[in-house]
Amino acid sequence: MMIVAPRRLALSAPGFLFAVLGLGALLVPFMTIAANRIVAGNGIMVWDLAAPAAMWPGLAAVVAGLLLGLSDKMTWARFAGAGLGLAGVVVLLMLGAPALLEGAGANARVSPSVGFWCLLGVFLLLAADALAGMAPGPLMRAGLLAMALGALAAVLWSGALDDLSILLEYASRRDAFVAATWQHLGLAFGSLAAAAAIGFPLGIVCHHQARLRSAILPVLSFLQTIPSLAMFGLMIPVLAWVGATVPGAQALGIAGIGFAPAFLALVLYALLPVVGNTVAGLAAAPEAAREAARGMGMTPRQRLWRVELPLGLPIILTGLRIVLVQNIGLAVIAGLIGGGGFGTFVFQGLNQTATDLILLGALPTVAFALTAAIFMDILVDLTRTMPEPADD
Amino acid sequence: MIEIDGLTKTYGDTRAVDAVTMTVETGTITVIVGTSGSGKTTLLRMVNRLEEPASGEVRINGTSTLSVQPHLLRRRIGYAIQGHGLFPHHTVARNIAAVPMLLNWPHDKIAARVDELLELFSMDPVQFRDRYPADLSGGQQQRVGVARALASRPDLMLMDEPFGALDPIIRARAQDDLRRIQQKLGSTIMLVTHDMEEAIRLADKIAVMDAGRLVQYAPPAEIITHPATDFVADMVGDVERPLRLLSLIPVSQVVVDGPAEGAAIASDASLRDALSACLWTGRTAVPVERDGVPIGHVTLDAIRACAEFQP
Repeated sequence: MMIVAPRRLALSAPGFLFAVLGLGALLVPFMTIAANRIVAGNGIMVWDLAAPAAMWPGLAAVVAGLLLGLSDKMTWARFAGAGLGLAGVVVLLMLGAPALLEGAGANARVSPSVGFWCLLGVFLLLAADALAGMAPGPLMRAGLLAMALGALAAVLWSGALDDLSILLEYASRRDAFVAATWQHLGLAFGSLAAAAAIGFPLGIVCHHQARLRSAILPVLSFLQTIPSLAMFGLMIPVLAWVGATVPGAQALGIAGIGFAPAFLALVLYALLPVVGNTVAGLAAAPEAAREAARGMGMTPRQRLWRVELPLGLPIILTGLRIVLVQNIGLAVIAGLIGGGGFGTFVFQGLNQTATDLILLGALPTVAFALTAAIFMDILVDLTRTMPEPADD
Repeated sequence: MIEIDGLTKTYGDTRAVDAVTMTVETGTITVIVGTSGSGKTTLLRMVNRLEEPASGEVRINGTSTLSVQPHLLRRRIGYAIQGHGLFPHHTVARNIAAVPMLLNWPHDKIAARVDELLELFSMDPVQFRDRYPADLSGGQQQRVGVARALASRPDLMLMDEPFGALDPIIRARAQDDLRRIQQKLGSTIMLVTHDMEEAIRLADKIAVMDAGRLVQYAPPAEIITHPATDFVADMVGDVERPLRLLSLIPVSQVVVDGPAEGAAIASDASLRDALSACLWTGRTAVPVERDGVPIGHVTLDAIRACAEFQP
């Protein structure tokens, strides 16, 4: 006889972990207040931020979000719980910052602390876990990405968080931040474009010539193993020499420090994923399909464009995804050799021991890298499933 | 007419194909049989110059294949391979249209040809045209692969173990389809297989290859009754020989007037089927019908006479 277990409320194991971590995060300081932008701050617990009456709605949203995350079945409810929790965390920050500053000195700074970052992480993980359960299609993911970016922009635009130290740092160097953003994106996307322009043809040639392939790929792998700080440092003497000896190089802005060495270092790092994935992608077409293409009278060029490239596109785009995410992160080091970008703030902040200035460089980098990763994943999925038009 | 003249291919010191000379008549099926390593596939691939011969040449209707650029030559020759080789990212229609597109046929002519071929292979165009190869069964994929090879009405079709990946039941049906379509279109086909059964079933003439040499080139009945070498006899199989011979002869050839007991068999069935029916049901004769109408019977004695070795 079959034993029927009593029907129990099904709990999601990760949801349970998130709830424990989230509730634990409420027991550590949520924000800090410091006398100025350099000294270490004092941690403030979430219920001490302001009058309890003001904090209750935010706290309730956080707890409700964690509880919704416990459900095993209702993935939409879990995702909504993550959204509710994130909103609650932001509301707590918005209410806490002005309340803490009231009566503090003119130079006083408030920042999010361990509690905030933990809760942020927990809810982002909950959102990711719920999304994995929903398995949304590419268009749906694009919509969710746009919504998330829109919400982030709206919160920053509204000025509700302007009292936070990191946004004060931003306010005092607004023009430099805009310039750094363009430099950073220029470094990341420019080096991607240059690596693609070199790497695709190189990959196609390597695909056809086994001997060249076995010569080039190890060299590119070796480049990849050079530690990034050393690579950027090595570019200084190389490009200083080029700038000093090659006529006209200096006029193009090529010198030992600045944009050029950083750009070159990023291109070198990007070559392996581009060339390697191009070779792997072109080889991914089924052997029988390639043989049939040859047997029916396609020229090598027609085989490349009609069979090998379309079938390898998802793998080739995955290479570009790796490069883009990697270069957005690596471009931070450009700040060290005067190449500009968000790294400028990171290294300034390190020198001044001003944590929030470091974050002003680090957080946008993370945000850009995450956005690029999700966007490229969507693109890879689209090329994988998109049927070819009936004629070309 | 396809003339293969002294065709040789060497890899280092080994002669993969050794001075093969043979003539394939237009509108016939020639099956090249051999064990693996016999050079049969290399021979086939030299016809459309996927392999270049070391010496010798192939003439199609009198013109040497060496006088045309390889990719232009291949567009005139259909090519179907084991495991079909369909393009997974193209629809069934676009797969079949591959060669006509290379030849820049007009769109409406291509569309009409695709539908015509799908119907020829008993696949409803409306249902199958826009599907992808991954959505088809193995037998359907194989049919689309053959339809693709036939799309541009090629002078010649080369098939390299085209049914090798199919299970026995689907394979038998695919062989019948090929024979039917070849007779309807009058195509010239050269097909490579390691399976003598398949060769006897399909071929007008069989070419047996051994270690790069063409050891016998003859109609199936002659291959069975008069194998040129021990190797050919081995390929046919001593025990199987009478049955293979019977499988070549249609019942209609030995039918006589008069009724017989029991279930009837069709007049286009082979004597092997008739023998099987006799043995299974313990009869000495079976009635024969054409399109459901009785036309006489065939006796066990008549079958036996056909199977007997006649030097």
